[in-house]
Amino acid sequence: MEAVSIYSVPCFIFIFLMSGFIKKVDVYSCFVTGAKSGLQSAFNIIPSLIGLMAAIAMFRESGCLELLTRFISPLTDLIHMPAELVPLGFLRPVSGSASLAVVTDIFSNFGPDSVQGRIASIMMGSTETTFYTIAVYFGSAGIKNVRYTLFAALAADLTGIIMSVILVQFFGF
Amino acid sequence: MMNYIWGGMMALSLIVSVFTGRVEQTAAAAVSGAGEAVDLTVSLLGIMCLWTGLSKIGEEAGLIRMISKALRPPLRFLFPKLDPDSKAFGSVVMNIVANLLGMGNAATPLGIKAVKHLDELNPRKGTATDEMCALVVLNTASLQLIPTTLISLRQSYGAASPGDVITPIWICEICALTVGIIMTKILSKRFKHF
Repeated sequence: MEAVSIYSVPCFIFIFLMSGFIKKVDVYSCFVTGAKSGLQSAFNIIPSLIGLMAAIAMFRESGCLELLTRFISPLTDLIHMPAELVPLGFLRPVSGSASLAVVTDIFSNFGPDSVQGRIASIMMGSTETTFYTIAVYFGSAGIKNVRYTLFAALAADLTGIIMSVILVQFFGF
Repeated sequence: MMNYIWGGMMALSLIVSVFTGRVEQTAAAAVSGAGEAVDLTVSLLGIMCLWTGLSKIGEEAGLIRMISKALRPPLRFLFPKLDPDSKAFGSVVMNIVANLLGMGNAATPLGIKAVKHLDELNPRKGTATDEMCALVVLNTASLQLIPTTLISLRQSYGAASPGDVITPIWICEICALTVGIIMTKILSKRFKHF
């Protein structure tokens, strides 16, 4: 189990490099071109991230978050979910940058290795921006009736959210 | 949707801050939150660029196509009605491989291409086929094997072992994916295409 977390990243880098060598790709200039596009997309998310992180910090400092957690904790206590994670559960399917902002907020308040930090990490890593994905994929082909896609996708998200809590609280991950 | 969430969050915070007597702290939080967003982007800049750079090498080398060959047989189970030699199946597999490798920049265009190819086989335009629904459900579940952004975020906040969440993330992904797939199989019978 530990080996997975140690070796997976270097393995991936190795696979990418090797594929480039095998196909005789100009690896370095390719890397630079790719990194440049990463720079572009990183800069592109700054404006929305500023807006969202400001809003989330306000939400926490004003006492709104505390009110929400107090109100909802009888429900979340049932599955041993720390109430601070409720906003993440709601925002995760809606916006990628908003959930990144919430995870950052949790890390800076509780630390990445706290119970909250670990659940947030697993939740963030195992779910996707459902609404956005559905809109982009179906929108591009002009599909208006998406039938059951949203139900199935949200069921998967809910499973991911509940499992991330269970894995940390009951299985000690 | 984000209009209401973002605007609502800020407005509500300001109103509540009056009652909790935390107007000053709330205003200060807006300023510090905005600053933190820039710090966050800067701290993630390195890993994001490193990863998109490496992805580009894989993209140029045709890594997606290489791995796609190996993944064709298991994916036929998910798309039983699709001809394995069709263009549509090819682009579906490539989209999934790009997602697994975390090549987000490549995955989205491939996915859009896949949906368009699937639409060519669609007898009733404007309504999603079972294959389209399955593809999109797979894409709304996270398939990424290495969550690079998350790991570097954990690292920059001083996690003892930033990558130690990979195993639970995989377990969680598999559970979510299983539920998603089972739901598509059950619901496709309830929501008929015709």
